[in-house]
Amino acid sequence: MTSRWLSQLGALLLLLWSGVALAADPTYPALSGRIVDGANLIAPEARQRIETKLKAHEDKTSDQLVVATVPSLQDVSIEDFANGLFRFWKLGEAKTNNGVLLLVAPTERKVRIEVGYGLEGALTDALSKVIITTAVAPKFKTGDFAGGIEGGVDAILSILSGDAEEWQRRASVRSDESSTGETIAVVFVMLMVFILIVAFMTEARRGGSSRRHRLRDGRWVMVPPSAGWGTGSGGGWSSGSGGGFSGGGGSSGGGGASGDW
Amino acid sequence: MSFSFPMIARRSVAIAALALLGAVLAACGVNNVPTLEERAKASWGEVQNQYQRRADLIPNLVETVKGFAAQEREVLTAVIEARAKASQVKVDASTITDPARFKEFQDAQNQLSGALGRLLVTVERYPDIKSNQNFLALQSQLEGTENRVAVARRDYIQAVQAFNTEIRTFPGVIWARLFWGAKAMESFTATTGAERPPAVKF
Repeated sequence: MTSRWLSQLGALLLLLWSGVALAADPTYPALSGRIVDGANLIAPEARQRIETKLKAHEDKTSDQLVVATVPSLQDVSIEDFANGLFRFWKLGEAKTNNGVLLLVAPTERKVRIEVGYGLEGALTDALSKVIITTAVAPKFKTGDFAGGIEGGVDAILSILSGDAEEWQRRASVRSDESSTGETIAVVFVMLMVFILIVAFMTEARRGGSSRRHRLRDGRWVMVPPSAGWGTGSGGGWSSGSGGGFSGGGGSSGGGGASGDW
Repeated sequence: MSFSFPMIARRSVAIAALALLGAVLAACGVNNVPTLEERAKASWGEVQNQYQRRADLIPNLVETVKGFAAQEREVLTAVIEARAKASQVKVDASTITDPARFKEFQDAQNQLSGALGRLLVTVERYPDIKSNQNFLALQSQLEGTENRVAVARRDYIQAVQAFNTEIRTFPGVIWARLFWGAKAMESFTATTGAERPPAVKF
């Protein structure tokens, strides 16, 4: 497997060396949901289970992870197809570009994790490769597509939730990154939480009562705080709520990794 | 009231005319030229960024390979030299409007791509390297970077095409000549038949 991969990389380099391939755009499927199973690989109950995980993560973090299976790559490399599809669907929010696409092409026996600009730091190329080689490809080899996809989704979600170290260990890749970055992040988050609490307390003391309204029968109800502290994603973000599902305007610059089985 | 009525009227007419002229110019796409120019420049920045990222990966890659296959001196030296040459090419904003310098940049990077490709083909013969986790991580990073380079180059080619078309067609050509003095930008050349992958023989 590795040697095929090596020669492919060699071929890619030589292709770049000789010039840029300008292939015609393939036709992309419509973004009908969090799982677009064009190649019919996932059984309904597994699909339901994976979709629930994807939705839960998106509701929590706004990271938009979408799974796509296609019957054909239409004579385009999986890298080009994944990048084109990612941009066609505009996964992730326009400002943060926090989308991820897991693309499976069973006919060509190729799989790719395409990562949006905003998540390249968390879900690196090396980690994406590890996910493909340890969680996805082994299952695909046995013909268990739903299992491989679910394994890949679980791994991606666990990394996006901050468990990158677990996956680095799994690859036993020597990691020289210091933990100072993490310490700073933790301190920063704690500081933010502190500021939030103080802000809410002052707010409550000052004008808290104005948020409460008295109903005619004398009961008090709390009016949820207005969007003052929302992250204000904006940017045409319209996920899920109305039944329609769409991307938020995000883009990808080709981050991620591909593999085969 | 030091102004006579016709004076004020004349002034407001002049201001209205200026405002109208501005609106008409904007509607005619006078802003398209700088907008497209900035987009192309941003894409160029991304191209440089990704090539730099690749250059940054190379010393580590070379060191790792050296640990297993020091005897492949020729291939390793070729990569190091190509990298040095590529980073010696001075690149700034004016590179993209200067055909000679652009060609120099492209040639240097292509040279490096070729040397890297040969290194990876050589590595094929060493099973130890291929199972080394450090090498595999570097390799997936390099692979990812090559893909990013390809995407960045494609975006740049499209942005330049849009810009060059704008400054060569009506009405953009008027604004380009009259207002902005915009020069056509250079683009990466796709050799004929590049749609098909080249036949690789070793």
